[in-house]
Amino acid sequence: MVAGGLVVGLALTACAASDRDTGGDDDGATDGGRDTFIFAASGDPSSLDPAFASDGETFRVARQIFEGLVGVEPGTADPAPLLAESWDVSDDGLEYTFTLKEGVTFHDGTAFDGDAVCANFERWNNFTGVLQSESLSYYWQKVNGGFASSDVESLNGTGKYESCEAPDAGTAVVHLRSPLPELVSALSLPAFAMQSPTALEKYDADGVTGDGEAPVLPEYATGHPTGTGPFVFESWSPGEEVVLSAYEDYWGEQGQVRRIVFPIISDATARRQALQAGDIDGYDLVGPADVVALEEAGFQIVNREPFNVLYLGMNQGNPDLADLRVRQAIAHAINKEALVAQTLPEGTEVATNFVPPSVAGWNADVATYDYDPDKARALLAEAGRSALTIDFNYPTNVSRPYMPTPEQVFTAIEADLEAVGITVNAVPDPWNPEYLDRIQGGADHGLHLLGWTGDYNDTYNFIGVFFGGTSNEWGFDNPELFAAINDARYVADLDAQTEAYEAANAAILDFLPGVPLAHPVPSLAFKADVQGYPASPVQDEVYNVITLGD
Amino acid sequence: MTRLILRRLALLVPTLLGLSVLLFLWVRALPGGPATALLGERATPDAVARINELYGFDRPLPQQYVTWLGQLLQGNFGVSTRTGRPVLDEFMSRFPATIELSLVALLVAVGVGIPLGYVAARRQGRLVDHAAVVTSLLGVTIPVFFLAFLLKWLFAVQLGWFPSAGRQDPAMVATHPTGFYVLDGLATREWDASWDALVHLVLPALALGTIPLAIIARITRASVIDVQHADYVRTARAKGLSPTHVRGRVILHNAMLPVSTTIGLQIGLLLSGAVLTETVFAFPGVGKFLADAVFNLDYAVLQGFILLIAVVYALVNLAVDVSYGLIDPRMRTR
Repeated sequence: MVAGGLVVGLALTACAASDRDTGGDDDGATDGGRDTFIFAASGDPSSLDPAFASDGETFRVARQIFEGLVGVEPGTADPAPLLAESWDVSDDGLEYTFTLKEGVTFHDGTAFDGDAVCANFERWNNFTGVLQSESLSYYWQKVNGGFASSDVESLNGTGKYESCEAPDAGTAVVHLRSPLPELVSALSLPAFAMQSPTALEKYDADGVTGDGEAPVLPEYATGHPTGTGPFVFESWSPGEEVVLSAYEDYWGEQGQVRRIVFPIISDATARRQALQAGDIDGYDLVGPADVVALEEAGFQIVNREPFNVLYLGMNQGNPDLADLRVRQAIAHAINKEALVAQTLPEGTEVATNFVPPSVAGWNADVATYDYDPDKARALLAEAGRSALTIDFNYPTNVSRPYMPTPEQVFTAIEADLEAVGITVNAVPDPWNPEYLDRIQGGADHGLHLLGWTGDYNDTYNFIGVFFGGTSNEWGFDNPELFAAINDARYVADLDAQTEAYEAANAAILDFLPGVPLAHPVPSLAFKADVQGYPASPVQDEVYNVITLGD
Repeated sequence: MTRLILRRLALLVPTLLGLSVLLFLWVRALPGGPATALLGERATPDAVARINELYGFDRPLPQQYVTWLGQLLQGNFGVSTRTGRPVLDEFMSRFPATIELSLVALLVAVGVGIPLGYVAARRQGRLVDHAAVVTSLLGVTIPVFFLAFLLKWLFAVQLGWFPSAGRQDPAMVATHPTGFYVLDGLATREWDASWDALVHLVLPALALGTIPLAIIARITRASVIDVQHADYVRTARAKGLSPTHVRGRVILHNAMLPVSTTIGLQIGLLLSGAVLTETVFAFPGVGKFLADAVFNLDYAVLQGFILLIAVVYALVNLAVDVSYGLIDPRMRTR
């Protein structure tokens, strides 16, 4: 009986397959054929309204539907014109004049103009109540620093943004209270994409309810996202798929892809198998262990330029690590080239700074602490700590884009440290919450592995996150270093700011709170006939440029 | 019969109440909390505190429980912290998928299990019997997760005969008025969509149905062996009833009572097995959403879904008990 069922099933699959490219008929389901691009997502979007999101899966969908004033140069993290054709920044850094692209309409027919731009800025700045939670308006808080008004003192009127005006349809002028040089780069984030003011109002986009329990997302964020991008939202079945279709009136080139389906496959192995089984065209976050096997099986591996950093943290709450000579000895003891070659995906770069080289502010002339076991031993002897025993924390059962295999990285570094006479006391913990709690929630840790993937081209987005002030993770108080980093953030002149960041990066590597190890390369995998995938270090990947084979 | 139903429904209330307390405590005993899960690896302690305050996780446990119970009594199962949608909506939108999968799995289990057990019993001690016993033993011992993985690896990844994931080919544009994809295709005359949905069900249903199949086969075998030596069977034969009538109306009919109890119990197994099967096949049903909720520490979903599954389980068992009356007339008078 089972066998019979299998045979019938097979015959049917064969029929369905033969129908696939011929299109549907009136009373059958229509087939997408090969203008449909199927890309497996690892999870649902957290919301279809990108202003309420800060995660990769939401942004992946949002980048197809929405566009911001600013985009990025293909393949880089550098800002480039998008809905704003150009912008002028006043000398004092307080006035941004955006000249807008003409003839652009939102998916609901609303014209994109200066008023629409101002409506979006005013919306972000006037979020109230639940909307000011970090789980919703994370980026506006991080970049702007506050809201027009808030019950939380640190957010009440503390923002950089002052006002917005639209002198004519083709211009929007944003006024700031004090300089915010990262604004232009930050505007490339989908969180700051332009949304149709008409649709926002019609579908009650800010009507997030919920008091004392989880917020309930409004109709707009669950079913009516309206942007200017090449694809229009069609449907979202949570846990199953998100479907988009081509926007007929798109101002730019529409391309071959007419329909995008994001099936949601949370398990990494299941994503790989779906590609191997021919069910999907591609997926993200390919495990380093799968890269070779997939390539050999004829699939394409596409690498993004790394926009991340993996580092070895050294908690100075530990008296041994508070000694600079010990930290230097550890840095000299680690053979980073071998570490990268043995434990990280092909294409990974050895790190010297806590920012990747594609970020303005990366400094080629920082202290580099080359691999030199003898020097490491000498430094330990000089510090009177030749027989040093130290805790080494690392996470287990986790794979982060910047740290695909923490256990392997730990083992390689442990061997290097033991070679110079340091006794390593291994302290493994499950990633969440134990490991993160131990590293960030208290002082009970020594050496540890952690990292970060950047959001947009800005040095503060890396070193500000790590070293912007005192923290449990690093256990040091260095007001001079904190000031160097925080002051650089608000230097209005971009060249001067880059210089200030370069100086800050040099100061960090002199102080050596940790050892930058690597910028691991993230990989995507595709069927052989998927061409032109626009891999981007900041994941600004829009699928209208992709071509699909027959 | 009505009294039986009413009594059983009344008993459901204290059961669910007890379960709600256990669930509430279990969920909160899980390491970590929804705030860390929501905010990710660079969450500041301030931000975590604000999320906890916002969602009410900072309040004393008894107070949280009473609030939750109060909402439950009004039919409000809370809101998923992960999706921002009401838990009941999430459940109802996924339930058709799980029902469809469970029904097909049950069909496989019953359709193969009963004939297998019957044939084994009738050929007791012979090769067919031994083969059936060994097969059913294997069936109960192989973990669902492993079997699902094996089926998928062989028939989807290596051979490419069946899809590896989901309920419908993503390249297919189909309408789904009810959420039961196979029926939807028939109702909207989108035949290819209906077939496609059915093809997507084959591997997960086989994986999910194997354990119930093995159990049903074993119970059927034991029960038939028991019944075929009963006095009334001998009497029936002695009365000169045809062998077909004796086999069908007398042996099989009487042997079905313990089998139907077993089938009822298997439905509960199917619902819990669905968590694993749905995860392996990325099948968007209740089970997969529940598994995802564990990773995201989505308290409301964990509590709500398990409670709703318990209600379904209890109602199914009640329905099974009622159905005894149809199979066994003796039950009607009790």
